[in-house]
Amino acid sequence: MARRNRLPFVIIAIIFVLSILVVVPLDRGVLGGKGVQLGLDLKGGTHLVYQADFSSIEPGTEAEALTGAIAVIEKRVNALGVSEPVIQKLGEDRIVVELAGISDIEKAKSLIGQTALLEFGELVEDDEEARWVDELGKWKPVTAVVDGEELELSSRYFKENTYVSQNDFGQVVLAFEWNEIGSQMFEEITQRLLNQPLGIFLGDEPLRGEDGRSIAPIIQSVISDRGIIEGLSLTEASELSRLLNAGRIPVPLTPIYEQTVSPILGSDFVDMSLMAGIIGLILVIIFMIVYYRFPGALASAALMFYVFCVLAIFKLVPVTLTLAGIGGFVLSIGMAVDANVLIFERMKEELRLGRTLGAAIESGFNRAWPAIRDSNITTFIVCAILYWLGSSIIASTPVMGFAITLAIGVAVSMFSAVVVTRTFLRIFAGTRLAQKVALFSVYSGRKND
Amino acid sequence: MTDIVGKRFWFFVAAGAVILFCIISLGHFGLKSGIELSSGSLLTVSFEQPVSEADLNQELADLGYGGAIVQHTGEGDFIIRTSELSDQAKDQLEAGLAARFGEVSEAEFYSVSPMVASETTRNAGIAIAVAAVGILLYITWAFRKMPKPFRYGACAIIALGHDVLVALGIFAVLGGILGWEINLMFITGILAVVGYSVNNTVVVFDRIRENLIRGVSSDFETVVNRSLVETLSRSLNTSLTTLFVVLALLFFVGSSIQNFAVVLLIGIVAGTFSSVCIAPNLLVVWEKGGWRHLFKRTSKAATSPDAL
Repeated sequence: MARRNRLPFVIIAIIFVLSILVVVPLDRGVLGGKGVQLGLDLKGGTHLVYQADFSSIEPGTEAEALTGAIAVIEKRVNALGVSEPVIQKLGEDRIVVELAGISDIEKAKSLIGQTALLEFGELVEDDEEARWVDELGKWKPVTAVVDGEELELSSRYFKENTYVSQNDFGQVVLAFEWNEIGSQMFEEITQRLLNQPLGIFLGDEPLRGEDGRSIAPIIQSVISDRGIIEGLSLTEASELSRLLNAGRIPVPLTPIYEQTVSPILGSDFVDMSLMAGIIGLILVIIFMIVYYRFPGALASAALMFYVFCVLAIFKLVPVTLTLAGIGGFVLSIGMAVDANVLIFERMKEELRLGRTLGAAIESGFNRAWPAIRDSNITTFIVCAILYWLGSSIIASTPVMGFAITLAIGVAVSMFSAVVVTRTFLRIFAGTRLAQKVALFSVYSGRKND
Repeated sequence: MTDIVGKRFWFFVAAGAVILFCIISLGHFGLKSGIELSSGSLLTVSFEQPVSEADLNQELADLGYGGAIVQHTGEGDFIIRTSELSDQAKDQLEAGLAARFGEVSEAEFYSVSPMVASETTRNAGIAIAVAAVGILLYITWAFRKMPKPFRYGACAIIALGHDVLVALGIFAVLGGILGWEINLMFITGILAVVGYSVNNTVVVFDRIRENLIRGVSSDFETVVNRSLVETLSRSLNTSLTTLFVVLALLFFVGSSIQNFAVVLLIGIVAGTFSSVCIAPNLLVVWEKGGWRHLFKRTSKAATSPDAL
């Protein structure tokens, strides 16, 4: 082995061994600790996109409101015990939520969608003013004037320390404290509405107790700092308390996109795409060896290097693998030999012109390089555009995944052809086998047709 | 040496015929868009008991979903496509189906609002336009040292237009006959084909550039033909290896990335043809004095002393 080949060979061997250690086994990995990350289409789960409506808040505070909404959703989802949820801002006014493999997606969705705002009402006769209607009558929001401003009473003025407790009769109660403004309002309101019912509403609906009836306690004394809500079941009270403490989502969110995949469907695809990858790889290797003989075998070795190296990168980055992403990777196996093909065709031409093997290898690589470079740049351009397309509207993981895996594949394939195959060929050129040009499917004395 | 450039008349005729076919099929069938591009909901359900498609259609109509499209995918498995369903509407629909047909479980749910659908359609258009302009500029830049570099970019883009049109045309037929829909993965496939096909074209152009610089012949047509022949086995071999893996994807994974794999399949074949038979030949026609002589056959290539 010539000296100048020794270092590249050692480096390649080290990268190869490390890659294998990272990759095998696929679901764990000795190095890096983690298994391959699978997208929701493969492991099941739900991908939701919400549109925020900023019309009700002050202009200029939109970004803050969105960040606030994300924080609240995070708290709520975490309370549900979902592993590694993804909750992110998407553009200026959207939120994307990804929940993996959870069994109770409906529950999660209802938690995310909750505005979690308790509002309070007083009875009215007038239809015009009424916001809520139930078996007890028509209700309008109860208001109080604070610092010259008329405000509607709601859980907005709760401290975030509500808790579930029991009253003297052993009934479940949800206990809360008012903050400073809330205290002023509640004092004023309880004075005004003494001995009248106070309606409690969650969104468009009255808050209903365990017995299904609207909860509307009669105000029996003037209270300022705290209060309790009776009649809820233990589960309802705990859930409400959690929601209230997690905080309120500051802007209304509308679901605009949902994709839910069951885990059972996904797991089949992992095996099938693995099979497709292996079969594709074998076909490519057979073709390369049959057509290019010995260099084809070297290119196949380089291709194995390529496969493990790319998988190792997927695991280490980590790249979330979706079905389309795996498709991109399998596609890149077919494309990865392209640079090798370009180089070998060049080498054959040089050999036919009567060059020595060493000279043919060097000039083959040098002259194939501009074509390899220029042609792969167009693939990178397309990958960048695809990534933008995928990320722009719904953060589509399949499209982004395809763009990323294809880009990584093309980059590694350039490296593997230009560095790995070349080093293998150079080492080989120094051996006695190299005298047999027929190994290169070029026959000595054959004329250029 | 094989004469590819001299046969350009036939290649243009073949490409023209295919494009004509594709335009007619697009006009006749149109493209069926999936919910990602036209909004709506897809609900995949499976029933414990056997349910007939007719009964399901009837029940859906009774529940107020007369416009729903039902697809029978297996034993008791159905895909129901409706307009966009809210969570409540979906729950009611499932409850209604369960009341009529017994135990029903939801395997998948996919819902796209009209806003998302129209934005996706718009951005897909932008992406394809930006890709075309980006590639045109890039190739013009990559061949900046050549005389008239813009021609290389323009010919590559025309070849791409051919590939995309062929993919669209065939999908129009598949949509018309088999009900295949185009979705975001289809667009992704189209863009991947764009990248792949232009990659092939650049390799051929690159060889033309090299042979022009080396001065292998003073006749442009001869240079182009020689470059084509020299890169021919590479063009075919790379396409073959890529076809192998795409076929493996199609046969072993199928269903959910079927559209994607088929677009790639069409694109690789069309892209290889256009990179070899269209783009370089257009370059020759342009060089030979413009488009008036697009189909004029010259016997020069065959008899040129430069041709080996």
